[in-house]
Amino acid sequence: MSGIMVLAEHRHGDLRDVSHEVLSAARNLAEKTGEQVEAVLLGQGCDEMAQRLAAQAHRVIHAEHPAFRDFNYETWQQALVRLVKGREPSIVMIPHTAFGTDLGPSLAVELGVGIVSDAIGFEPGPDGLKVTRGVYGGKLNAERFISTTPALVMVRQSHFKPDQPGLEGEVVNWDPGDVGSGLRTRFISLEEVPSTGIDITKADVVVGIGRGVKEEKNIGPIREFAEHIGAVLAGSRPVIDAGWLEKERQVGSSGKTVKPRVYIALGISGAFQHVAGMTGSDTIIAVNKDPHAPIFAVAHYGIVDDLHKVVPALREKLA
Amino acid sequence: MKIAVCLRRVPDTAEADVKVDGTGKGIVEDRLAFTINEADNYALEEALLLKEQRDAEVSLVSVGPKEADEVLRMGLAKGAAGAVRIDDKELQGSDGLALAEVLAAYFRKNPVDLVFTGCIAQDVEDSQVGPALAQLLGWPHTSYVVKLDCGDERMTVRRELEGGFLEVKDIARPAVVSIQTGGNTPRYASILGIKRARTKPLEALEPGAIDLDTSKAGEAGSRTRLERLYVPEVVSAAEMIEGDVSEKAGRLADILKEKGVS
Ligand SMILES: Cc1cc2nc3c(=O)[nH]c(=O)nc-3n(C[C@H](O)[C@H](O)[C@H](O)COP(=O)(O)OP(=O)(O)OC[C@H]3O[C@@H](n4cnc5c(N)ncnc54)[C@H](O)[C@@H]3O)c2cc1C
Ligand SMILES: Nc1ncnc2c1ncn2[C@@H]1O[C@H](COP(=O)(O)O)[C@@H](O)[C@H]1O
Repeated sequence: MSGIMVLAEHRHGDLRDVSHEVLSAARNLAEKTGEQVEAVLLGQGCDEMAQRLAAQAHRVIHAEHPAFRDFNYETWQQALVRLVKGREPSIVMIPHTAFGTDLGPSLAVELGVGIVSDAIGFEPGPDGLKVTRGVYGGKLNAERFISTTPALVMVRQSHFKPDQPGLEGEVVNWDPGDVGSGLRTRFISLEEVPSTGIDITKADVVVGIGRGVKEEKNIGPIREFAEHIGAVLAGSRPVIDAGWLEKERQVGSSGKTVKPRVYIALGISGAFQHVAGMTGSDTIIAVNKDPHAPIFAVAHYGIVDDLHKVVPALREKLA
Repeated sequence: MKIAVCLRRVPDTAEADVKVDGTGKGIVEDRLAFTINEADNYALEEALLLKEQRDAEVSLVSVGPKEADEVLRMGLAKGAAGAVRIDDKELQGSDGLALAEVLAAYFRKNPVDLVFTGCIAQDVEDSQVGPALAQLLGWPHTSYVVKLDCGDERMTVRRELEGGFLEVKDIARPAVVSIQTGGNTPRYASILGIKRARTKPLEALEPGAIDLDTSKAGEAGSRTRLERLYVPEVVSAAEMIEGDVSEKAGRLADILKEKGVS
């Protein structure tokens, strides 16, 4: 009963960054527990990916199978149940992504183990693993204790620095046996959200608006302000969900990543899914009426006030 | 077709000061407003749209305290036919999988063809209940769904992946579908709807009434346990600009000019 097993995620024939991030989290933890890190790669035509993972893991369990051509949680679950029961790791790490969260909870049920979502910190103890994670939109952290072996964790994306290589793990080819039969869900295709030609990723200055604008009609003056300073208007997910701005203007993990010289966040709380898309900006300015808004933890300059007062006043100063 | 929607009552904490209570494991609730979980609003809308398209009946289920009745009434006012609240007094400390056990016990006794959940609870942010519930019922699931086309036996869904991709999938029923925000436009309850909701059935059940194996729920029945809640340490705090609005705007204007923006 030992070892940290990490499920690698890939898409379009390439490993996703999150796979390297989770491996890095696993290696840090393994140094504390004295365990080894085992990467799991399920796919078809993945030899090259296996080699790359071997630089970050003590062992790579590599299974090739036509059923792994496209992601389907049912197929992955069939394989992982077998693998976990056979290898008895103490911890299993999965990316907290659309891929990982489709799989993790049902895998935990089938294995009869405890699971914690969106992990950002790990503390091993004599009777189990303590996991830190954010709750309430990032206003609080929670420490949760997992009492089962293995402990299953889904690890936050874009949080851990992807590891530098340095290991030379062995690649073990594993036969997953009968997988891909009896499926009740079927992959059909991947679609790219159609583009309307708007591109916020190249902008030098971005004004991001959040739910704090409250109503669509309040956007007018902000749009005018943005135009005046030569900025592109973008938004957090609720603003896009409400249809106030086009989908291509969404900043965040399910939107675009922007790295402008200046990002001005107006009425955005700073949930990590939003921050993931703008944290690379050179200068971040946040206006929010809540002094405890998590956005102030990533901003360089902060103003606690009503954005509907600050924006007109600022517009006047810049007239 | 019988459709159920799982609704969670949550505190609206976006603009509130969230304080950890004396136990270290809960938050001070007196001054918080409670609402229906954001993603569940979209889940309910998806169910109501389906009802309008096909011959279907929509019911609501929530695991929660008496106050969760308010959330259920809101759902009834929007058009659901009936609601059930499973009282959670004896279920405190349930983690995501334990909550799924409670819901699974309910659906075993009260079978439906399709369950909608939200893709994430805005307070605990687990994204566990939908897929775990499906597994417990022996059903398939699919999560982060933004579009659903319902055929006679199967459904085609579009689920949102990171980076601007949608995964198109086909899924058999019965199933659990977890809905992501943004795929539809949740309706508001009409005055008439609110009136009608008063006469619709809203039943409260104790865990015993759904034959729940209580060793699988509550803190003792959960395989993960909350140790503590705390305010995260701020690593690099922003420089806060003080003064009245005009002073703040003035300083900000200077900063922007310095950066070559004006
Ligand atoms: C799978 C998944 C993917 C997601 N992807 C994204 C993504 O790509 N991008 C994204 O943004 N979110 C994403 N989210 C949603 C994310 O979790 C948050 O819900 C969202 O970012 C919150 O948006 P917000 O800050 O605008 O709203 P809220 O969190 O509601 O915050 C509103 C803020 O406005 C402030 N405010 C209110 N009135 C005023 C005023 N008059 N003046 C100044 N301030 C005011 C409030 O104090 C509050 O801080 C995703 C969620 C999930 C589950
Ligand atoms: N107490 C509850 N009662 C009913 N449904 C719930 C409850 N908690 C969670 N859910 C459902 O499960 C979804 C995901 O929640 P979670 O897994 O906690 O993030 C929510 O959007 C709800 O639809």
